[in-house]
Amino acid sequence: MAILSLEGVSQEFGGLLALDQVRLEVEAGKVFGIIGPNGAGKTTLFNIITGIYTPSSGQVIYKEKAINGLPPYELARLGIARTFQNIRLFNKLSVLDNVKVGFHGVTKAGFFGSMLGLPGERREEKAISKRAHELLEMVGLDDKKMEYADSLAYGEQRRLEIARALALNPSLLLLDEPAAGMNASEKLNLMSFIEEIRDHEDLTILLVEHDMNVVMNICDQIAVLDYGRKIADGPTEEVKNDPRVIQSYLGVEA
Amino acid sequence: MFLEQLVNGLTLGSSYALIALGYTMVYGIIQLINFAHGEIYMFGAFAGLFLVTLFDVNIFVALLGAMAFCMVLGMLVERVAYRPLRGKSSRLSALISAIGVSIFLSTLMALLRGTNTTRYPEILKIHTYHLGPLELSSLQIIILLVSALLMIGLQLMIQRTRLGKAMRACSQDLDAASLMGINPNRIISYTFAIGSALAAAGGVMVGIYYNAVWPYMGTMAGLKAFSAAVLGGIGSVPGAMIGGLTLGVLEILGVAYLSSSYKDAIAFGILILVLIVRPQGIMGQKITKKV
Amino acid sequence: MDALLSQYIDAYYLHLMVLIGINIILVLGLNIITGVTGQLSMGHAGFMSIGAYTAAIMSVHLAFPFWASLLAGATAAAAFGFLLGLPTLRLEGDYLAMVTIGFAEIVRVFFLNFEPGGKAVGLSGIPEHTGFTLVWTMALLIIVLNAKLLNSRIGRSFYAIRENEIAAEAAGINTTRLKVLAFMIGASLAGLGGGLYAHYMTYIAPQDFGFMKSIELLNMVVLGGMGSIPGAILGTIVLTLAPEMLRIVAEYRLLFYGALLVLLMIFRPNGLLGDIRWYDFKKRWFNKGVKTWPS
Repeated sequence: MAILSLEGVSQEFGGLLALDQVRLEVEAGKVFGIIGPNGAGKTTLFNIITGIYTPSSGQVIYKEKAINGLPPYELARLGIARTFQNIRLFNKLSVLDNVKVGFHGVTKAGFFGSMLGLPGERREEKAISKRAHELLEMVGLDDKKMEYADSLAYGEQRRLEIARALALNPSLLLLDEPAAGMNASEKLNLMSFIEEIRDHEDLTILLVEHDMNVVMNICDQIAVLDYGRKIADGPTEEVKNDPRVIQSYLGVEA
Repeated sequence: MFLEQLVNGLTLGSSYALIALGYTMVYGIIQLINFAHGEIYMFGAFAGLFLVTLFDVNIFVALLGAMAFCMVLGMLVERVAYRPLRGKSSRLSALISAIGVSIFLSTLMALLRGTNTTRYPEILKIHTYHLGPLELSSLQIIILLVSALLMIGLQLMIQRTRLGKAMRACSQDLDAASLMGINPNRIISYTFAIGSALAAAGGVMVGIYYNAVWPYMGTMAGLKAFSAAVLGGIGSVPGAMIGGLTLGVLEILGVAYLSSSYKDAIAFGILILVLIVRPQGIMGQKITKKV
Repeated sequence: MDALLSQYIDAYYLHLMVLIGINIILVLGLNIITGVTGQLSMGHAGFMSIGAYTAAIMSVHLAFPFWASLLAGATAAAAFGFLLGLPTLRLEGDYLAMVTIGFAEIVRVFFLNFEPGGKAVGLSGIPEHTGFTLVWTMALLIIVLNAKLLNSRIGRSFYAIRENEIAAEAAGINTTRLKVLAFMIGASLAGLGGGLYAHYMTYIAPQDFGFMKSIELLNMVVLGGMGSIPGAILGTIVLTLAPEMLRIVAEYRLLFYGALLVLLMIFRPNGLLGDIRWYDFKKRWFNKGVKTWPS
C-alpha cells in the first residue's frame, strides 16, 4: 500500500518550472531514494511534501488524504518528519533540548500546564525525557546531551537532526542528503543505522542523496529526477540499469 | 486652502523622501534598518546651522557643507558599529547596535548643545509668490527644487554610473557581486555616504523651513521617514520618493482637516496598516528596482 | 511588613528596591518576547502604559478594588498584545520592531489626548497600594513561574522559534500561534508592572512611558543576556542602580546606554549571562577529574 503518492505535482517559481507533473508512489515500510543532478528539483519535492511550499498544481496524498496546502507544523503532527540539507538545529539549545523540542507535535501540555507544572504535564515531561534519552542513545549522542548543538561535529549534528525528527514518532521520514560531508566509515554507519531505524521504528524513509553507493545499497526503490521531470522510477536494480538514467545521471557520475 | 496644504505637504514630504532614500538604499543592500539614520539627519541640520552662524554662508554652501560632513559621519557609523557585526551576527544584533548608535548620537548632541531648540538665523529673504489661488514662499520653491534635483541626480547616478551599477548588483546579491570583483565593503560604505548626504540636505532644509533644530529632532523624523520607505516599498528608490511625498501630504491634510493632536500617530497608523495590508508597499517588489 | 522594613532600611534604598522589583517584572516580560522567542519588541513601554492607565483609571474613577484594577491592567495589555501580535507577527523581525515602536507611539499620543487619564498633565491621586513586600512577592512568584515555563514544552518551543523557525515548524510547532502567545505573556507582565508602578508612584503621565523607557527595558534584557532569567535579573539590577549610583554622570547616562548596546553587540552579543548555564558552572566547579596544569 502506498503511504505517500504524488499526483501530477508541479511547482513554478516566477515562470521557472522546478517540478513538472511529477508522479510518485512510495510504499509503506520501504526506503525510497530520489536522485538527480543539482537543480533537478529534489529539495523542492521535499519542501512540497513537508508543506513549506504549496504546489502550483497536482495533489499530494498521504495516508489516503490530500495534504497539499497544509502548513508544515500540521504535517509534522500527521507524522511526516524531516531533516535538512543544510543542517538546521537549534544551535544555542542543548543536544537534549533539541530532541525534546522534537516532541512538540506529539505532546499536549498547554500554557497553564507548563507554567504551573500540573500533573498531566509532569507525566508528559517524564515520558519525553525517557524517550529523548533512548533516542540519543540510539544515535550515540547520550554522553553529549548537555553540549550546545552547534558545538557538535558535523556528523554528530546530522545524527542529532535524525534523532529530533524521530521524536515526532513519524510514519514517514524524509532525509535530505544525510551522507553529505561524511567520511567512508561514517557513511557505513549511517547505512546500517537507516536500515535499523526502518525496521525498529516501523518507518517509511524517503531520501535524497548524491552518494550512489549509499543510495544503491539501502534503497528499495528509486526515482530519478532531471530538470523537474521524473525520468525513471522502480526497484533499485531496474533503475540502475536503465539506459536513460545512465546517460543523464549515472553516466556523468561514474 | 486645499492647494496650499498640498504644497505644505509636499514640502514636508520631500524632506521625508530625502531621509527615506537612505533607509531604503541601506536596507536594499544589507537588510538593516539603519536606526541611526534619523540622527544623521539631525547632525546635518546642526552642521548647516554651524556653517551659517559661524561663517555666514548662504543656504547652498550650508547644504553642501552639511552633506559632506554627514557623508563622513555616515561612513564612520557604518565602519564602527555595523561592519564588525556583518557576516557573523544576527540581524537582531545589528539592529540593536543601530539603536545604540542612534541613542549615542542624539545624546551626544544634547550634551554639546543642550536640549533646547535653536533657531536658524535668517539667511534668506523670503518672498511670497501668488500663482492664482496658490501661495508659495521662495523657501518652499527652493526646498522642492533642491529635493527634486537631488532625487533626479540620485536616479541618474544609480542608472548611469559604474558605482550605481555596482550598487544595483550588490542589492541583488551581495555574494555574487563580490565574486564579480566588486568590493562590497566599499559599495556599502558609499551607500551609507550617499544616503547620509541626502538626509543632511533634508535636515538643513527642514531646519530653515521650520526655523528650529534640536537634538531629538531625528528620532521622530527618522521613524516617520522609515514609515514612508515602507509605504513606498522598502528597497525601492522611486518608492521612497513617492512614499515620502505621500506621507507628508497625508500628515498635513490629516492635521488640517482632522486634528492636530494626533499628528504623530498618523504616520505610524499608516505604517501598521501598510505592513498588514500590503507589506511590499506601493512599488511592489516585482516592478521594484532595488538598490 | 513594609512598616517594619522602613524602620531598618533607609527609605531611599527601599524605594530603589521597589523599582528593581517592578522592573524585574517588566523585563521578564520583554525577555520572553525578545530574549527567548527572538521577536524584537521596542514598544514595551506601550504595553506598560496600557496596564498602568487601565489600572489607575479603574482605581481612581471607578473605585475598583486594587487587585481587580491590577488584573484588569494586565488583561488589557495582554489583549493589545494579542491584537498587535496576530496580524504583525508574520512580518520579519525588523519590520516587527518598527511596528512595535509605532504602536507604542500611538498609545502615547492616545493618552496625551485622553481625558480620563488627565491628558498631558497625567493622572494623580492614585491610591498607594504597593510597597516592597507586595512587589517582591509578585516578582519572586513571576521568576519561579517564568523559570518553570521556560523549561517546559511551551518554553522550549519559544527558544526553538528564536533559534530556527523553519526547523521549529518541522517539529510540529505552530510558530505564529506561539509567537502571539509569547507576545501576550510579555504584554501582560508589562501591564502588571505598569499597574504596580501606578499604584506605587501614585502619579503617572504619558512621558513616563516614552520610547526611551522601551529602550531602557530592552537594554536590561540585552545586557543581562537574551533569554536568560538570571541575566534579565542581573541586567535589571545593574541598569536600575547604575544611574542612581553614578549621579555625577547622570547626564551621560544615555550616552553610556547607546555605547553599551553597540559594544555589547560587537563583543558579547549574548550579554553577560546569555550563554552561561548553571550546568557549565557546576561542571567546572565540581570537576572530579584530577588534572595538573597543562605543560
